[in-house]
Amino acid sequence: MEGPLISVSGLSKYYLENMPVLKDINFSIDSGEFVAIMGHSGSGKSTLMNILGCLDTPTGGHYYLEGRDTAALNADELALLRNRLIGFVFQGFNLLPRSSILDNIGLPLLYAGKSKAERREKALLMLDRIGLAGFGERKPNQLSGGQQQRVAIARALVTDPKLILADEPTGNLDTQTGEDIMKIFHVLNEDHNITIILVTHEADIAAHAKRLIRVVDGRIASDQPS
Amino acid sequence: MIIGALLGEGWAAMRANRLRTSLTMLGMVFGVGAVIMMLAIGQGAQLMVNESIASMGSNLFIVLSGSTTAGGLRQGSGTVPTLTLDDAQAISELPEIAAVAPTFSNTAQLIYAASNWSTLVSGTTPAFLDVREWTVSSGEAFSDSDVRSATRVLLMGQTVVRNLFGDENPVGKMVRVKNSPFLVLGVLAPKGQSLDGRDQDDTVFIPITTAQRQLFGTEFPGMVRFIMVKAKSAEVMDRAEQGINELLRARHRINERQEDDFTVRNLTAVTQAAAGTTKAMATMLGAIASVSLLVGGIGIMNIMLVSVTERTREIGIRMAIGARQRDILLQFLFEAVMISLAGSLIGVMLGIASAYFFSHFNDALVVVTLSSVVLAFGVAVAVGVFFGFYPARKAANLKPIEALRFQ
Repeated sequence: MEGPLISVSGLSKYYLENMPVLKDINFSIDSGEFVAIMGHSGSGKSTLMNILGCLDTPTGGHYYLEGRDTAALNADELALLRNRLIGFVFQGFNLLPRSSILDNIGLPLLYAGKSKAERREKALLMLDRIGLAGFGERKPNQLSGGQQQRVAIARALVTDPKLILADEPTGNLDTQTGEDIMKIFHVLNEDHNITIILVTHEADIAAHAKRLIRVVDGRIASDQPS
Repeated sequence: MIIGALLGEGWAAMRANRLRTSLTMLGMVFGVGAVIMMLAIGQGAQLMVNESIASMGSNLFIVLSGSTTAGGLRQGSGTVPTLTLDDAQAISELPEIAAVAPTFSNTAQLIYAASNWSTLVSGTTPAFLDVREWTVSSGEAFSDSDVRSATRVLLMGQTVVRNLFGDENPVGKMVRVKNSPFLVLGVLAPKGQSLDGRDQDDTVFIPITTAQRQLFGTEFPGMVRFIMVKAKSAEVMDRAEQGINELLRARHRINERQEDDFTVRNLTAVTQAAAGTTKAMATMLGAIASVSLLVGGIGIMNIMLVSVTERTREIGIRMAIGARQRDILLQFLFEAVMISLAGSLIGVMLGIASAYFFSHFNDALVVVTLSSVVLAFGVAVAVGVFFGFYPARKAANLKPIEALRFQ
């Protein structure tokens, strides 16, 4: 496709007047990139990621996703974008505790209007791909943290998104399990050409990415290949 | 979102908090149950009143003779014998009148074999069957020729049959009334209680001439105690009443300054008032019961608000992965409606059961109609939608990031 997948210009975010969380952010990300956004807590990196994920709206500036100005879209159009284009992986997994693993993975397809049979078929396929075949009827709290994060990744991938947004995906995991999760991201990026944006405060996790954007006090301090 | 999935989500949410869901449902159970039961009792009472009205006959007047004044003491209606068979005949010729039954009655002792029974013996004409809308269930009625020749025949009410004859068929048997032998010509169909609780079947009818000349005797020939008059329709009741008044004043030669020596009473107006009262009572019962339905609805709203707050994070997750506002709205609305529907289902059963329980122990008539069940059900769904809407909208209007950050 033409143009960058993500283009941000003059972006700012204020929660209170005179207290910018983000200020004059400019960058663009092409399809197929693997980018780490790094910064200390309170640097504004999570806010940036929420705006990129269409969960939050900027106070000023523009955010173009696939060339469309997200400021012009209403809540339902943004929901559609999140559903079709973006997959989220959170630090705290954010699975629905009462639903089975299969239902959790298939949930985005429900909002895409897919039938029960379709949802189940695709969810089983994803479950197999993350190596948890046979765990489908369990509840999230019956799985380990690493397994839950793999389920979250499966849920993010089930709608075949172009972009994965991962917010501290290894933050609740031990080092070894974290490495395993990062390997999955590598495979997704290299073999499936999925754009990945990773938000982290850990340098060794950020080192997995091919491009590193550092955020300090709401501004981009550096933007370079790693 | 697909209906099946909505039902599944709703069911899962209901099961997740079983005690809370049950208690919320209980509000609807009692609300719907109370509405069903109150409607059943109200409609039962209305039916009873309507049956009594129908048993009395419709479009009915009763013409009573006037009161006597003796030495300053005024007696009640019917104490001055002013009405005669000829008056009755004249009334029956008015254009608005369908049938007329002059009546001369008194109580008397009836004897059959070893049984005896005191009852109201009414002398009247065969037209009384039309006036009272009564039928003969076995045997036959006496005829105008029986009235002309003052024969000793009688028509017997069910209560008298039971007391004198038991299981025996009285038609064709002889009974003694005040020691005169009478032939039982027929038995009247049962009519039940009147509005004031009188047993209408505890009576016998004989030709009016027999009553006047042979059984009781009269102060002057042809005198009757009252005349029952049936108008042709409800619309002509007013004109009929005026006609009777004018006719009787003319016949009794009452001048303009004198009071009537008779009274015309519109019985239908009395019964309509009774019916109106019962209807008002039924409506009031329903209205009181609806309040509990309202309280049940508020319970649903309360618990749905708690549920939305508790599940804010879940809502955030759903929004992040693509749920539209409509999806969230429907999910919570469905949950509220499912709770109210399940509650009303149990409520309908409880209501019907308690209505019959009530009728069993109170000897009152209850009527559970399909329409009252449908009404209670419909209102319950409406309550679910109405009280579920605000919490659901609150959930749907959450900002994704705020919902997701909620701890």
